[in-house]
Amino acid sequence: MMRIFIIACLLNILNISTAWPSDDLYPLDKMTPDLLNKASLQRGVKYFMQYCFGCHSMRFQRYQRVAKDLGIPDDLMISHLIFNEDKISDFMFNGMTPAMGKEWFGAAPPDLTLVARVRGTDWLYTYLRTFYYDPVTPWKSNNLVFPNAGMPDIFEPIKGRMIKVCQDPADQNTCSLQPDPKYPGIMLPDMFDQMIYDLVNFMAYSAEPIKLERQRIGVYVILFLCLLLILACLLKREYWKDIH
Amino acid sequence: MASKLLLWIDERFPLSKLFKEHLSEYYAPKNFNIWYIFGVLSLVILVNQLLTGLWLTMSYQPSAEEAFASVEYIMRDVHLGWLIRYLHSTGASAFFIVIYLHMFRGILYGSYQKPRELVWLFGMAIYLCLMAEGFMGYLLPWGQMSYWGAQVIISLFGAIPWIGEALQEWIRGDYLISGITLNRFFALHVIALPIALLGLVVLHIIALHEVGSNNPDGIEIKDNKDNKGIPLDGIPFHPYYTVKDLVGVVIFLIVFCAVIFFFPEMGGYFLEHANFEQADNLKTPEHIAPVWYFSPFYAMLRAVPDKLGGIIIMGSALGFLFVLPWLDRSIVRSIRYKGVFSKIAITVFAISFIALAYLGTQAVTESNTLYSRAFTILYFAFFLFMPFYTRYEKTNLPPKRVT
Repeated sequence: MMRIFIIACLLNILNISTAWPSDDLYPLDKMTPDLLNKASLQRGVKYFMQYCFGCHSMRFQRYQRVAKDLGIPDDLMISHLIFNEDKISDFMFNGMTPAMGKEWFGAAPPDLTLVARVRGTDWLYTYLRTFYYDPVTPWKSNNLVFPNAGMPDIFEPIKGRMIKVCQDPADQNTCSLQPDPKYPGIMLPDMFDQMIYDLVNFMAYSAEPIKLERQRIGVYVILFLCLLLILACLLKREYWKDIH
Repeated sequence: MASKLLLWIDERFPLSKLFKEHLSEYYAPKNFNIWYIFGVLSLVILVNQLLTGLWLTMSYQPSAEEAFASVEYIMRDVHLGWLIRYLHSTGASAFFIVIYLHMFRGILYGSYQKPRELVWLFGMAIYLCLMAEGFMGYLLPWGQMSYWGAQVIISLFGAIPWIGEALQEWIRGDYLISGITLNRFFALHVIALPIALLGLVVLHIIALHEVGSNNPDGIEIKDNKDNKGIPLDGIPFHPYYTVKDLVGVVIFLIVFCAVIFFFPEMGGYFLEHANFEQADNLKTPEHIAPVWYFSPFYAMLRAVPDKLGGIIIMGSALGFLFVLPWLDRSIVRSIRYKGVFSKIAITVFAISFIALAYLGTQAVTESNTLYSRAFTILYFAFFLFMPFYTRYEKTNLPPKRVT
């Protein structure tokens, strides 16, 4: 019985796959971040600065930290990726306060430093790839994962205009997106997917820049503790050999 | 030189006497099993929480404007700040896991029975204190779940007739949760409650060392002593249990560090996903779940259709634990010699508690509510029927000496 209890406890705490917000009904595409892929992360920060930074900041992330972690020389970072008067040691803040954002857009564009830890990378990867043309909304765009999203389809010139096609109009899950041949984009679908992958990969990095270092140190800590365990076991055995 | 120093101290402070009384001549039963590690582990975690907490306060800013950013500052700009923060956040969950197992050990082997009622009561006071400490600490990162979790729990006080509204306002110090609430929770979390906790831990250990430890057989080792008055089945805590516990502590640290270095969020249970978004009093999260260690009680609260009724049920769920020493009428202590009804009851109790913990983290659905009700009833059945099944069931005769 005790064993059952312990196993049940372990199962309960190890049941780690269910805690994402359950409001997303649309099936998400899987995206596994690869923080070792520096080229992808470098492209990701470039896309972030080009396409996202106009509205979204990363208020807790410093340019210099990104440059250092991603292997970008400081001078290249300053000349190519810092668009305003910021110093390289500054936070990646675009100057838009939440109050300004609210006044301009109705809802302030959220800060994206931690968004990968809030939403999960699968959600981001699917969300950014499922915008479509919707003439009834103010931005003339909508989203499959996040219906009536406040964000416009900023990628339309890149991937081309997409149209929603549903087998059953009442069921969002039966919908898919098809390109509108009249408005083609400049990228093929595969290239666009790779672009979004890089962007989300960068967001995964920025949500926890220490992750790789943490795992690297962790291996040594666990190895040290395993050695300590052997010594502790030998010590215990030595003391306890006369207890019956 | 060292012995002269010791003599000098002993003439002024009972250092050797304390060491003997509590370690080298404190005789513990020699048959402790794995269940007896969790007391020591909770001390290890207490020290971890105090030290990492101290270091966190060096960089944390307790204000509504700065709190969230200062946590990210700790995670990114403070040298090893991420490690200190994960040690503290994982330590909080580990504390509850260890305490729950420690309490369950007490229930299994009847460690609350005469003459250890006060050990149990001090322990329960520690548990309550720890719940308050966890609750207040959870507000400090000032994330969405910090804010709305606190909102839900404080609003419970509003259901108390007549004084409820005023009481809520008194706790918050404001009409809604604000920087004022954050500041007072910080003060309570880092000063008042840790002092209370430390004091209670001292009382818990003094009471334990006065009566001596129970053991898996639930028999008194003091009933069989040699001619020097030393229990035949007792061994000095130091060095025997210090070296044995060292093994347990290292095994615990391996698991603990595996979580810290590889799964610090524990899939959203130790650090909830929504809490990586700054608190926003205009945006209610769709699904508010308290952090897992409160979820059994939260499930009970939601299982009752009436809010005040739910609070009474929650309070009673804790209250029954307090009076456990007087509900158990069995002539034996340990589950090993209790009858079949006790064995069934304790199994059902454990399953109910885990099931409620799970249900408390899930969204409300019709079937979840039904399950919550069923497990709440089973949880209470364990206590309500205890005076009867423990008294009338057929028990086995415990051995004279420990096995």
